Amino acid sequence: MKRMLAGLLAVSVFALTACGGAAPTGGSGSDTIKIGWIGPLSGEAKTYGVSAKMGVDLALEEAGSMVGGKKIVLVVGDDRGDSTEAVNIATRMLTQDGVSAILGSVTSDPTIAISGLADSYKVPMITGTATATKVTLNEDGSRKPFVFRACFIDPFQGTAAARFAVGELGVKRAAVLYDKGNAYTIGLAESFRETFEAGGGEIVAWQSYSGDDTDFSAIMTNVAALKPDVLYLPDYYGRVSLIAKAAKDKGLDVPMIGGDGWDSPDLDFATLAGGYFTAHYSEQDTREAVQNFAQQFQAKYGEKPDSFAALGYDAMSLLLDAIERAGSTDGEAIRAALQSTQDFPAVGGSISFDENGNPIKFAVLLQVQADGTYKYITNVN
Amino acid sequence: MDQFLAQVLNGLQLGFVYALIAVGYTMIYGILKLINFAHGDVFMVGAFLAYFGFTAWHLPWPVAILVAMAVCSLLGVGIERLAYRPLRVKGAPKIAALITAIGVSFFIEYFSSLDFVFGPDYRLVPRVLPDQRWQLGGIVVTNVQVLVLATVLVLVALLQYIVYRTKVGKAMRAVAQDADAARLMGIDVDRVIAFTFALGSALAAAAGALFAMAYPQVHPFMGIMPGLKAFTAAVLGGIGSIPGALLGSLIMGQVEVLTAAYVTTDFRDAIAFSILILVLLFRPSGLLGKTEPEKV
Repeated sequence: MKRMLAGLLAVSVFALTACGGAAPTGGSGSDTIKIGWIGPLSGEAKTYGVSAKMGVDLALEEAGSMVGGKKIVLVVGDDRGDSTEAVNIATRMLTQDGVSAILGSVTSDPTIAISGLADSYKVPMITGTATATKVTLNEDGSRKPFVFRACFIDPFQGTAAARFAVGELGVKRAAVLYDKGNAYTIGLAESFRETFEAGGGEIVAWQSYSGDDTDFSAIMTNVAALKPDVLYLPDYYGRVSLIAKAAKDKGLDVPMIGGDGWDSPDLDFATLAGGYFTAHYSEQDTREAVQNFAQQFQAKYGEKPDSFAALGYDAMSLLLDAIERAGSTDGEAIRAALQSTQDFPAVGGSISFDENGNPIKFAVLLQVQADGTYKYITNVN
Repeated sequence: MDQFLAQVLNGLQLGFVYALIAVGYTMIYGILKLINFAHGDVFMVGAFLAYFGFTAWHLPWPVAILVAMAVCSLLGVGIERLAYRPLRVKGAPKIAALITAIGVSFFIEYFSSLDFVFGPDYRLVPRVLPDQRWQLGGIVVTNVQVLVLATVLVLVALLQYIVYRTKVGKAMRAVAQDADAARLMGIDVDRVIAFTFALGSALAAAAGALFAMAYPQVHPFMGIMPGLKAFTAAVLGGIGSIPGALLGSLIMGQVEVLTAAYVTTDFRDAIAFSILILVLLFRPSGLLGKTEPEKV
């Protein structure tokens, strides 16, 4: 027994030193470059991760899996949508695999968890779809210089929706309903209010509700009496459907606007038909980048790409473009190249980065159709 | 003024739905002195059955509601037969039955959340009636509102008839007064109890179906809050008393809606439950309850 313990101990010590000795490889000099991809391939955010990975693979394939004369090795990690798991994978990629850059993750919480890690190792990281502000910013509001994203952030949707309401719909009196317990809906609602009022509009109702409410008849009776000419409903599809139904019941037939939370096959299309929402991408956008991507995707997978696939594709394309221009696998060189990206023709828009690593790009405005589809209306800055 | 009337109408709609659930609580309590916490979940199952009737089974909506009521009355009898009767036969203390009721409630909720039962998703209930609105004075009335109010009135009238004009109703009242004496008079107490569960569960299922039509969304945990509110309404009105349950429900509905309309939605539940506490401080047996020593 004692001997076995001693043996175990020896093996562990050996393993430890072996780990410590495996210094990051794949730096300059070798002819391969390692890129880590982290996202949920199982668990409750599974479909998001699978879509994003399909977009990433398509971008790799189009580049011939080569960048700057080096062969790309993609190291894949499944975080199951879980922050702890994401940190474990990122740590392994950074300390053992020696990746030159990380793509990921897909949802906001795991992405926030690994962004500080990548930043401290000075390895550039870009996420396609994590919209929370804290992904690229520290708690104190300072920038994580090595972290970027390919999608717009939450408050931008409210701004874009307000600009559309004032500019295109020409409405003046808005009622805003938001869930006081959900940071996403508060963020959208507040940025909508700011831009709408700055544009000369008036917020006639600023109404909160709580997450488990199902009866909106009382609220809607009051809102209808204030005679707004537009409703802003920045919540997820389930609650939006209930609120919209209550609005119609109270005889309020005005345009409704929302955010990307509306994007679901379970939305109440019959009630919300004619409503608008801000989204990341539409396959009906006629720009060349979008049409190319949609065709390639259809040809490779035999299905239509969703927003997650488009943004995964964009994130990989942006990263490859930056590595190419950097001409090196050095973290600082890639970071500088990413930051100086100018008008990159991505699927989600023409992308340059602002000082916080967020893309300066437009939102796509879609209109809900009664038959369960969306109609592309316009791009809003 | 019109707006106030409109809010009262909103409260009436909510209160009427609560009433259908509350009478189930109160009848079962009246007979067994048991608070059947699984009652809110029977309401949920009723809503889901109606949802499937509207969608997957393509039934006309009145048939879908009747199917939900029939299946749920069987469910109610099943719960009583499997969970409560064995305890009663063994003479277990009241607290054991109460804990069992909570267990049954959790079981139904989590069993329903399994993928091969209802699944955990929030589902959108399609509209079964074409959108129809009428302008009455300054108030907008929808056809769903009319349907809810009318259905509840009919069902409550039917319940009154069953309890006060039929033989089985007489037996129910006899068992509620004194189960042992009723047994000595030749009343099959177990059958009367089973009938009470069937009746209460059918009404809860109807409430679930109407709720799903008025607030078109169903999910496995949707029964908790309405169940709790209806239970509160039953206690407020005086548990054990059917008119009390109706009165309590109407008050709960109005308080909730008027608070949301004129104070803030944040206080909606806080005020509703504060009123319960206040009423019980001054009238411990509820508004219409009999004053007798409690034995919960």
